[in-house]
Amino acid sequence: MDPTRSPGDRHVFEYAPAPESREIVDIRPSYGLFVGGEFVDGRGRSFKTISPSTEEVLAEVAEADATDVDIAVAAARRAHGRVWGRMPGRERAKYLFRIARIIQERGRELAVLESIDNGKPIKETRDVDVPIAAAHFFYYAGWADKLEYSGHGTESLGVAGQVIPWNFPLLMLAWKIAPALACGNTVVLKPAETTPLTALLFAEICQQADLPPGVVNIITGAGETGRALVSHPDVDKVAFTGSTEVGKAIARAVAGSDKRVTLELGGKAANIVFDDAPVDQAVEGIVNGIFFNQGHVCCAGSRLLVQESVAEEVLARLKRRVATLRMGDPLDKNTDIGAINSAEQLAKIRELSAIGEQEAAGRWSPPCELPEHGFWFPPTIFTGVSQAHRIAREEIFGPVLSVLTFRTPAEAIEKANNTPYGLSAGVWTEKGSRILKMANALRAGVVWANTFNKFDPASPFGGYQESGYGREGGRQGLEAYLR
Amino acid sequence: MTSTATETAGPDREWADVTSSESSLRRFLHGLPGVDQVGAEQRAAGLATRSIKTTAKAYALDLAITMVDLTTLEGQDTPGKVRALCAKAMRPDPSDPSCPSTAAVCIYPDLVATAKAALGHSGVHVASVATAFPSGRAAMEVKLADTRAAVAAGADEVDMVIDRGAFLSGHYLGVFQEIAAVREACGPAHLKVILETGELQTYDNVRRAGWLAMMAGAHFIKTSTGKVQPAATLPVTLVMLEAVRDYREQTGRMIGVKPAGGIRTTKDAIKYLVTVNEIAGPDWLHPDWFRFGASTLLNDLLMQRTRLSTGRYSGHDYFTLD
Repeated sequence: MDPTRSPGDRHVFEYAPAPESREIVDIRPSYGLFVGGEFVDGRGRSFKTISPSTEEVLAEVAEADATDVDIAVAAARRAHGRVWGRMPGRERAKYLFRIARIIQERGRELAVLESIDNGKPIKETRDVDVPIAAAHFFYYAGWADKLEYSGHGTESLGVAGQVIPWNFPLLMLAWKIAPALACGNTVVLKPAETTPLTALLFAEICQQADLPPGVVNIITGAGETGRALVSHPDVDKVAFTGSTEVGKAIARAVAGSDKRVTLELGGKAANIVFDDAPVDQAVEGIVNGIFFNQGHVCCAGSRLLVQESVAEEVLARLKRRVATLRMGDPLDKNTDIGAINSAEQLAKIRELSAIGEQEAAGRWSPPCELPEHGFWFPPTIFTGVSQAHRIAREEIFGPVLSVLTFRTPAEAIEKANNTPYGLSAGVWTEKGSRILKMANALRAGVVWANTFNKFDPASPFGGYQESGYGREGGRQGLEAYLR
Repeated sequence: MTSTATETAGPDREWADVTSSESSLRRFLHGLPGVDQVGAEQRAAGLATRSIKTTAKAYALDLAITMVDLTTLEGQDTPGKVRALCAKAMRPDPSDPSCPSTAAVCIYPDLVATAKAALGHSGVHVASVATAFPSGRAAMEVKLADTRAAVAAGADEVDMVIDRGAFLSGHYLGVFQEIAAVREACGPAHLKVILETGELQTYDNVRRAGWLAMMAGAHFIKTSTGKVQPAATLPVTLVMLEAVRDYREQTGRMIGVKPAGGIRTTKDAIKYLVTVNEIAGPDWLHPDWFRFGASTLLNDLLMQRTRLSTGRYSGHDYFTLD
């Protein structure tokens, strides 16, 4: 720097690139299915997984067809009958603790791989996805020998068929596998077709932990594979996280069967900012609520409800803050916003944003250069949105915030609840009594007060209405896997 | 410091209504938006994970050196020690002429004349603590006399302490008037107001005290004396940076921020610079608007600077002890 410059100069503190090294991960050219403790070839056509930030092909991944699903479910059934289902809880706990520790030990590898395959920034995989995934295994490892105190029974169900989304691939895997295993079930899990790599690395971790063969089976593929898994007659329990549309299809497919089902689906959460809110932290919470993980979060605070008397101020501060977000290479440690996960998702976000513009809501994005390759969408704010607008009703699942205003708490509640969803909500106020009142009145599975998108394995998570049913996490999360 | 700040002889007249009575001042300060402790600390922790490498680090190191108020505030200070400190402030790395000098030396009032003589026209300022530092427990006349003596001896900057006892018991107007009076006693010297955030305890108090000091005419708001733990922390500094940012938005007047005490490593200093950059904005990335009150920090900055240019770490023995 030039120490002689005058104070009127613009001072630019350019952060030099600080990329996390890719050396630590070893991506194989092709991957098979993980069934019965081994990697095997799939019978379906293989598919490619790409890096959404560069569109580079990362690996060929096997597709499981109905026969593969059959074999995987049979392997899980055998493992349940012969080993896992009859193993004492304290022994199962040892395996889960071991897996948790290996996730921590290989945390950097998992974080880098997740960022490459999913497009999310390394600071999030490093500080959120991986540590919370490990925490889930630690938490449910602790329950394995204490199930008699859970209040939900002690007996396992059998084989769980689990289908997880692409937004938090490893973390959703942990949410599904940890409680299932702790309760003595075995699993067949299908990761999303755009993000299979960390699940396949997790399969290696199961081998490393000496987990008995067949307890965890990972099959890759797209919708067809998922359908075969959830409707397989020998699956006792179906757990799904993903879109409401697919969730409804699953509910129809399993209707009339003995299968137990939990569904964690979409959301259109209201993040409600009152005029007495701690404004700077509320702005952080709004940013974290909608721009965390590029808005690919089912519980994202995609509807900002701000009290009219402070709306202008909050919006000005919000825009100033959003302009400081750094978008780019997911592996750069200073990146705040990474790539959109797939071309398909990008097209959906673009379509809904275009509709938002037509509906005459004010559209704003900070000036930012989008990288040439890969799938990118700038953080976007729509102001002057009303309840009738599609961008206020439909889940966009991208970095797009709709801003609505309200005048009274009753109006805030009415607007917040006026949605077919009901996964989460946020309340920002310095008044404790108002927090409690709002939390009671809001129809949402999770209500955050003066924070947003906070996750902890001890805290149950799940929705109302079209956001699904069942709870994951905490003692309540055991219910889905016990009888 | 330069004269870009609007020069008023005392408190900012824009706030005359607010500061006309104890009750209106209290209403105003208590009407400032609250600070959520968990959220503020989470934000600071997030900023602390920024990774500053290569060219960005080189820039940050030199910038941090120019922002250091090289400080000695010990009962055992001697003119000799102060002269040595001045020599170091002017040429922190004698073997490297490209190394910038620090912003100021910060000392007790009785050593101002010594420092002034040693620094001459080097451009390094003399900052003197005053107003019965560090406790601030003395009669008003004593505090003002302390200030005037420091300025008369040649201090370019005065670091005063607020009356925390009065602030915590809610006598905001008294604190306001005291700061305004000291500002007047400073004459041409610039005034830094030490909030002693370790004693104010809550971030709400820090924000209120910061606004109080700004309205009363402070050029800088400063976290700590260094004599109370905790001294400067990143979240406290973040809250103060939000305050100066908001203050400029309302009044157009820019106020500086000085965290002091407890910042010992380059790693820490860079976290502060990142916070300045992303909270207050790049306009504050200049010694006129941001300072580090520190002593041992400078040597660590120099060690890192040498490593960046030579690729090697030198031992502590290659840098002078203050």
